[in-house]
Amino acid sequence: MTNHWRDFKNSDVILVIGANPAENHPCGWKWAQVGRDEHGTKIIHVDPRFTRTSAIADLYAPIRAGTDTAFFGGLISYILENKLYHEDYVKLHTNASFLVSESYTFDDGLFSGYDAAKRAYTTTSWDYEREAPPVGGSPAPGLAQGTAPDPSTAFAKVDPTLQHPRSVFQIMKAHYSRYTPDMVSKITGMPVEKFVEIAKLMGSTGVAEKVGSIVYAVGLTHHTSGVQIIRALGMVQLLLGNVGRPGGGVNAERGHANIQGNTDNAISWEVLPGYLAIPRPGMETLNDYVGRVPAKQLRSTSINYFGANYKKFLISTLKGFYGDGAKADNDFAYSWVPKPAGNSSWLTVHDEARSGRLDGIIYGGFHGVAVGPDSNRMAESLSKLKWLVIMDPLPTTGSEFWHAPGIDAAEVATEVLFLPTTHWIEKDGSFTNSGRWAQWKYKATHAPAEVRDDNWILGHLFLRLRELYEKEGGKFPEPIKSLTWNYTDPGNPGLEEIAKEVNGVDLGTGRRLASFALLKDDGTTTTGNWIYTGSYPEEGNMMARRGTDDPTGMGYFHNWAWSWPLNRRILYNRASADASGNPWDPTHVGVKWDGKAWVGDVPDFPVASNPSAGQGAFIMTGEGVGRLFAPGTLTTDGPLPEHYEQTESPLNNMLSKTERNPATFIYTDAAASFATDDKEFPYVATTYRVTEHEHFVTQHVPYLVEAMPDFFIELPVELAEKKGIVNGGRVKVRSKRGEVEGVAIVTKRMRPLTIGQGKVVYQVGIPLHWNYAGGKSAGGKDALSRKPEMANLLTPYIGDANVRTPEFKGFLVDIEKADS
Amino acid sequence: MDLTRRQFLTGSAVAGGGAVGLTKFGFDMAPAYAQVPSLKILRATETRTLCPYCAVGCSMIAYSMGDKSLNVTQSLIHIEGDPDSPINGGTLCPKGASTLQMALNGNRGEYPMYRAAGATEWTRISWDDAMDRMATFVKTARDNHFTEKDEAGNTVNRQTGFAFLGGATISNEEGYLTAKLMRGLGTVYLEQQARV
Repeated sequence: MTNHWRDFKNSDVILVIGANPAENHPCGWKWAQVGRDEHGTKIIHVDPRFTRTSAIADLYAPIRAGTDTAFFGGLISYILENKLYHEDYVKLHTNASFLVSESYTFDDGLFSGYDAAKRAYTTTSWDYEREAPPVGGSPAPGLAQGTAPDPSTAFAKVDPTLQHPRSVFQIMKAHYSRYTPDMVSKITGMPVEKFVEIAKLMGSTGVAEKVGSIVYAVGLTHHTSGVQIIRALGMVQLLLGNVGRPGGGVNAERGHANIQGNTDNAISWEVLPGYLAIPRPGMETLNDYVGRVPAKQLRSTSINYFGANYKKFLISTLKGFYGDGAKADNDFAYSWVPKPAGNSSWLTVHDEARSGRLDGIIYGGFHGVAVGPDSNRMAESLSKLKWLVIMDPLPTTGSEFWHAPGIDAAEVATEVLFLPTTHWIEKDGSFTNSGRWAQWKYKATHAPAEVRDDNWILGHLFLRLRELYEKEGGKFPEPIKSLTWNYTDPGNPGLEEIAKEVNGVDLGTGRRLASFALLKDDGTTTTGNWIYTGSYPEEGNMMARRGTDDPTGMGYFHNWAWSWPLNRRILYNRASADASGNPWDPTHVGVKWDGKAWVGDVPDFPVASNPSAGQGAFIMTGEGVGRLFAPGTLTTDGPLPEHYEQTESPLNNMLSKTERNPATFIYTDAAASFATDDKEFPYVATTYRVTEHEHFVTQHVPYLVEAMPDFFIELPVELAEKKGIVNGGRVKVRSKRGEVEGVAIVTKRMRPLTIGQGKVVYQVGIPLHWNYAGGKSAGGKDALSRKPEMANLLTPYIGDANVRTPEFKGFLVDIEKADS
Repeated sequence: MDLTRRQFLTGSAVAGGGAVGLTKFGFDMAPAYAQVPSLKILRATETRTLCPYCAVGCSMIAYSMGDKSLNVTQSLIHIEGDPDSPINGGTLCPKGASTLQMALNGNRGEYPMYRAAGATEWTRISWDDAMDRMATFVKTARDNHFTEKDEAGNTVNRQTGFAFLGGATISNEEGYLTAKLMRGLGTVYLEQQARV
């Protein structure tokens, strides 16, 4: 989140979309309801299903799963056409005034630079128009994957009046003029009058004295255009002037206790800790990387903090990883960092396994088969591995895949190791929540039996490997020999020690650093993750603080735990004030200029930078302002979000002849597994979660299984009547990939939608939580469940064009009564 | 004093005496009835922890018994929300409220297990054996699939023999160690729940 949970209390309007927080994040969500109780916060809910969040919303509208870009595009259009945007904010804090390059075009769903044979864009035309280089040299733009740097670059040209036909403002207006309320309704199935009501209520926050928040979750990300959906959401918030303000923001509700933290720590193929891009082949030296990866300054007022300090963060991280092995004369061990050939994400990994090119997988607390997509294909992928290592307290669909229903164990050659690990409560350590608050927890009980810490396994693995490489040799052992491992017990590195390591030190003094601003590029500082520098300084463990005071009344609670970066609660908070440094709304102070310094929240801005200098609020971007138009260095599928239909769809794209996202990657044999029309599979399915269960693991918890025991499928009353399905009866749901069977819940809460030229479409809802390992004991002899109850048996093997998050929602199915 | 049978059965020494007050034997029952039943957590050790489920980050207090003397093992007896937290203010959803059953769970793995190729059952093994096997798996995969320079002559130093996938319920400190170790081994196939 740019903001945080308690901050929901500060909103005037909250749009919840692609999420169901009353059911899935209830304890954090309550602050929205406190806001309503205290000052009348209005809640809007947009969702294919009418849920408990809808029940307490002021305004609910249904939507066809996967059509959120059309919805947000419609909001953008309505806001622009009706002048509901916060004009002063847009001029000051966004790139609305930037001019777009003449070589940028958009026509019939395609942006300039498309290569149909490669299913990929060359994105260099998605750029600003440049003006003469500043004195002292011309910076080159940052590098998009696979594209060459543009040599003829300099700063971006602007037109502050926003009238220039190639200003971002005018191009955006023209682009979204096609997203009329009527068009939005035909695509999404949302009734026109409901859409307009929502647009008006959202638009009401486009003034200084009001603020609105958008809260979302995987309902928006589980699509082949997921990144563009979020981009469109961000654009709405920039136009309304809601980013950087208490009660505003772009607020993702993440799904796991420490998914945020381990995203930050870069357990992801394309980044190093703190979101430093992983180097790519061809970036042979550190200087090659630094020349091409960090953002370039695009306006004289842009601080470009990330771009300007990238090298310091990278070198300090390399020193953190490799210690004395990283020196000035070996490029700080830059060449030791592995460079991926191409995409190496979840879908790619399992595709490599299926194709026989991967020897093994270590699943560390991850389910594998039940997660999908296309669980049959996932199981097939695992069966091609030589080995599988499971680190987990409990049996999973990964650990038990080899004797799952329908699998003949004798045919599966995969060797499997099950290593029982400790629970969260059996160790210290910090979890970072969705609001970026890193909170320290303490070991409350011992680990039973022969259970071991994850760090015990990693420690012993490392020690054994290091010894093997020393004794036997092997490929490229240098990084392994140099990896910093100075722990009191190297066989089980301690969590406090690691927290101190992640914070980083000044090697000269040996003292821990209080801020990433002190990191250097000369090898004299270390960090594990620059955004966590300051979390465990000399003063102590900031994450363990439990102060309950809130002097500003804005809900900052600066003495409770520690949020990254630097305990800042609201990102981009300089944007909460006008050009003079006065808050847009004095009752909602993010930061304000008091004549000498920015005060309030921890400023996301140089604390002594006088507003008269006009430095840009969005210090992490090369532009210095928020991006309505996103240049080609940032996405693979467009500088402006555009609606496409999903991989499986009941409707032709009404906006262009480009039916689907043209930049998605099609994996081996996957195309044949997609339905090409809606004849055999006429209904749109979505997947979701319930309050009582957390993914698959809670099938082991008796109270929760008692509260929510059975796999079920929700369907509309009208569809049930068509198919002779009764509430409580058993039904089968099939997609082109698989089938599931469960109890039917026939409901009025999912209405038929009218889309296109009067076509009626039904949606079906399928919860995620049941699986063949549920409730089984580790190593037990119980037969695994024979019922096909994993929702992901149905989902398609394809992901977002940028990040390859699978399209888990908005695919096609058929449903019928089950015989038994 | 002479008691009638009726007075004895009602327990009242004086006709009309109520349930609270002196019994016929002279015991004053008032303090007994006034005593609040002792909370099971009265002598427990409190430990601050967090909920392991969603990303709200509810604070919880774990209560364990055992007076920490030698040979006495702590045991968890109760978990509830921490009222001090500005995030959850002591509340928990059904998942958080039932975490004791996740912590103390009979389905947990207790010892390492190995499943051989084609086998229909797990076999219990020792940790020493398990770590030997894991290290051999990892080293063999790494050495057999290590690329120092790619076809274009670029220095890449990557291993494509195995993947590490996971980490949304381990702490930042465990996650960082995972990332450092895996990158140190040259791993490019590195993912966790953020992707899905």
